[in-house]
Amino acid sequence: MTMSTTALVAAVAVLGVGTFAFRYAGPALRDRVTLPPRAEQLLATSAIVLLAALVATAAMLDGREFDSAARPAGVLVGAGLAWRRAPFVVVVVAAAGTAAALRLLGVP
Amino acid sequence: MRSIYRTLRADRALARDIALVCVADAVVGLSFGAITVGEGLPVWLPMLMSLVVFAGAAQFMFVGLVASGGNPVAAVLAGLLVNVRHVVFGFTIGDVVGRGWQRLAGSHVMVDESVAFALAQPAGERRRAAYWGCGVALFACWNIGVLAGASIGTVVSDPAALGLDAAFPAVLLALVLPALRDRTTALAAGTGVAVALATAPFLQAGLPVLLALAGVVVALVRPRTGVPA
Repeated sequence: MTMSTTALVAAVAVLGVGTFAFRYAGPALRDRVTLPPRAEQLLATSAIVLLAALVATAAMLDGREFDSAARPAGVLVGAGLAWRRAPFVVVVVAAAGTAAALRLLGVP
Repeated sequence: MRSIYRTLRADRALARDIALVCVADAVVGLSFGAITVGEGLPVWLPMLMSLVVFAGAAQFMFVGLVASGGNPVAAVLAGLLVNVRHVVFGFTIGDVVGRGWQRLAGSHVMVDESVAFALAQPAGERRRAAYWGCGVALFACWNIGVLAGASIGTVVSDPAALGLDAAFPAVLLALVLPALRDRTTALAAGTGVAVALATAPFLQAGLPVLLALAGVVVALVRPRTGVPA
């Protein structure tokens, strides 16, 4: 650990301000433009696509590597339950429980 | 704010679902605090980050790079890249974020979970309540978790042992799934997922998820069939 306290605080500040700017940009810009319904639909689809891609990458990979079998298996069990309209709590607990149980059995 | 509280009190199921996500994220926060301090970084770092940045994936990314002796500029850029997706989120659910000083707070609590909870609700008061309820509660729980993990360490050194690494994608999936029953949205998401997974082994974290937006082209070509989300 060689980084000075000042550099570390500055780095966190820049990351915080930058992240806030990303978050603030959407609501602020929306005020200035009136979007046609079609564009609204496409935006909603974009957000869903982003979240779906997050689900897939978070389930399958750690960074750039396909590292685990237990995690994707757990998420898959959760997906099946969600598709059959199981309650949210059941979906989440089953996904975590499956992954944890598989790891107990030695699955990575 | 009072109307948000009222809506959440009336909708017990929604409040319970949010509470579950808060507990899971608090435990992950606990491990973030403990891991960061365990890597030899100062105790204040995870706490400051969780207050100022409040984005789990970017925080883990930043700490990982800094702890391994990485360049701070590179660590900041890597964290920012992971967070670019919020621009799209903000455009989509900007109407629930509020105006004036409310928008400052509302923007800060924009995270994957609060956005997903909002999108799973019909537009209007319920969507606003889901967004703010989840966002504010998560901010509190995440920071309490990190504070506890950083200061007292944790018995849960590895959240994966509890399967909590599977809980995050499962949470988002359960919230997104109703929208995926629309065929066009499902095709767009499927295409996006394929692009993200195919490119992830070769690209910096954050980019594959952004490239998934290519899937939206499918929705441009195919007219939307179902009811808008």
